[in-house]
Amino acid sequence: MAKTVEEDKQQKAFGWAATDPSGTLSPFYFSRRENGDEDVTLKILYCGVCHSDLHILKNDWGFTSYPIVPGHEIVGVATKVGKNVTKFKVGDRVGVGVLVGSCKTCECCQQDLENYCPRLIFTYNSHNPDGTKNYGGYSDMIVVDQRYVLLFPDNLPLDAGAPLLCAGITVYSPMKYYGMTEAGKHLGVAGLGGLGHVAVKIAKAFGLKVTVISSSAQKESEAIDRLGADSFLVSSDPAKIKSAIGSMDYIIDTVSAAHPLLPLLSLLKVNGKLVTLGLPNKPLELPVFPLVSGRKLVGGSDFGGMKETQEMLEFCAKHNIAADIELIRIDEINTAMERLAKSDVRYRFVIDVANSLSQ
Amino acid sequence: MPRLPEEEHPNKAFGWAARDSSGVLSPFKFSRRATGEKDVAFKVLYCGICHSDLHMVKNEWGTSLYPLVPGHEIVGEVTEVGNKVQNFKVGDRVGVGCMVGSCRSCDNCKDNLENYCPKMILTYGAKYYDGTLTYGGYSDTMVADEHFIVRILDNLPLDSAAPLLCAGITVYSPLRYYGLDKPGLHIGVVGLGGLGHVAVKFAKAMGVKVTVISTSPNKKKEALENLGADSFLISRDQDQLQGATGTLDGIIDTVSAQHPVLPLLGLLKSHGKLVLVGAPEKPLELPVFPLLQGRKVVGGNMIGGMKETQEMIDFAAKHNVKPDIEVIDMEYVNTAMERLAKADVKYRFVIDVGKTLKATS
Repeated sequence: MAKTVEEDKQQKAFGWAATDPSGTLSPFYFSRRENGDEDVTLKILYCGVCHSDLHILKNDWGFTSYPIVPGHEIVGVATKVGKNVTKFKVGDRVGVGVLVGSCKTCECCQQDLENYCPRLIFTYNSHNPDGTKNYGGYSDMIVVDQRYVLLFPDNLPLDAGAPLLCAGITVYSPMKYYGMTEAGKHLGVAGLGGLGHVAVKIAKAFGLKVTVISSSAQKESEAIDRLGADSFLVSSDPAKIKSAIGSMDYIIDTVSAAHPLLPLLSLLKVNGKLVTLGLPNKPLELPVFPLVSGRKLVGGSDFGGMKETQEMLEFCAKHNIAADIELIRIDEINTAMERLAKSDVRYRFVIDVANSLSQ
Repeated sequence: MPRLPEEEHPNKAFGWAARDSSGVLSPFKFSRRATGEKDVAFKVLYCGICHSDLHMVKNEWGTSLYPLVPGHEIVGEVTEVGNKVQNFKVGDRVGVGCMVGSCRSCDNCKDNLENYCPKMILTYGAKYYDGTLTYGGYSDTMVADEHFIVRILDNLPLDSAAPLLCAGITVYSPLRYYGLDKPGLHIGVVGLGGLGHVAVKFAKAMGVKVTVISTSPNKKKEALENLGADSFLISRDQDQLQGATGTLDGIIDTVSAQHPVLPLLGLLKSHGKLVLVGAPEKPLELPVFPLLQGRKVVGGNMIGGMKETQEMIDFAAKHNVKPDIEVIDMEYVNTAMERLAKADVKYRFVIDVGKTLKATS
């Protein structure tokens, strides 16, 4: 008889999972591996709700393997460390982000770019080399190889810091890679959600001028008064777009729905760079003439490697950057997912796991 | 009443022009401005036929103004220089490429990126500072501001140097800008035509490994034996594409027809760059997952600035990079255009203007 999900590993675990593309989450018993020599076991305190969690729950991208326990913005406290673990000790405030494994030997891994390793292992909806399945942070504990665990700086709050583990690194990494950190330059941030609002904060910390580009006119006062953006453009207003043509050095595009690139490309100066971070399930239309006639480029980026993620956490701690969150109980998660689908959150839900997840 | 082209300027000139969007070229009398104090005037000896010339004579981009004298790969010998010209003298071998003017004061112009100046003036079919239409190199003489003239060193034959002025710079510039010019890197060149074959030659001269990616299997032998490419991929062969997944640091894509981007992104290594230098009319489909999962980039490029164009010509002279050309008589030009439309040329037509352009009375 096949082992149940509960029996095939050795530490009992409890979380909330979805079992079909309705994406509805409910209590779920499973287990995790015993803490190995390289491992750190975390008692999970908080877990951010990323839009990718929603995409995977509903099988939007077509590769979900149910049952799914989502969650890859996980923070907690180390309760066990393996005998080879040098970077962490019991009691440390730690985090786990989007990946829990990689091959460790390829060029990408050797360059601290585990996020581009062809054999990378995602925190959830993935399998380990031994065939066992991985479950994410909407749960009470997790066991992770020390290489993929992050140390949370002391002055970074655990709850509001959790979203940095995906949203934060997802915008920080391309800003560094594509050279979008020169003080005084002008960055456009398209979309003001989980990613977008953190991008504004990080960009301001780099000394950039920031314009938020959004289809929702009502976000203007938030963007400018609360988040510190310098200006705001309503993307559906052609006159506003026209007035800003050729004014931006770079654009971070966080919008995950399919959307036209042409107006965004027009906002860029010559040699301007647009980095797209959202994952629509259809291709985008790429108008070629603006790229050619302005030597512009469209690039992608996928969260970040472990070293850079740690660097990002320290940068945020230093500049007092954390996400704007709405703390929820685990039993509110399905309602939160419905609201997330309508972008009705400022700007990340975070599950108060420790105080609400009980068997 | 508007003046006739022959009467607009003091110096008589003769060339071949298209009169309408049929694109058929025929003899045309017009005139060039008097050589100004900063101008260089030269007798045109050769002019390359760029695929853009074909797009323009047929008004495929909707911007053509007739009569249109095409030609922006123009080479010849200086006949007169203005009294403030510092770098050229009578008898010098020179060339003019795609532009003859820019504002000279914006950030792009100051950075030697005149090609991206919003007020850049094209060599033909554009309004010059004096309001008159510019005429290109399918003609007996040319005059241009010294800033837009390049010198062609003696060891580069003029006829094969001509295509460098557009095709050459169009592929040289992105190889440099996108960092695809370092020995040991591996790039793909999509499309083996005027641009593609020069891209292979430049890349090889830079010590870069080159794979040609083409839809035509019959180009393989040429690519490997004649042009020195290291390998060849048929872009419609799924097995070949699969075998080359994740092997390229960059791709120079010269194809201007609609074509799928996804297979090309798959050929790139992580952090690889796809550079588009052809300009399809309609948008391409950009699949986002491969872009993100490999941190890949799709960028564009349009010719190059004057400083870089001179650098490119000098590099070509030093490394013996010579486009492969078919020299034709002026009267053959309409047939050449028909053959060009079918990509039936290895790999650029060059008009022997000096010997075969005869002025009609």
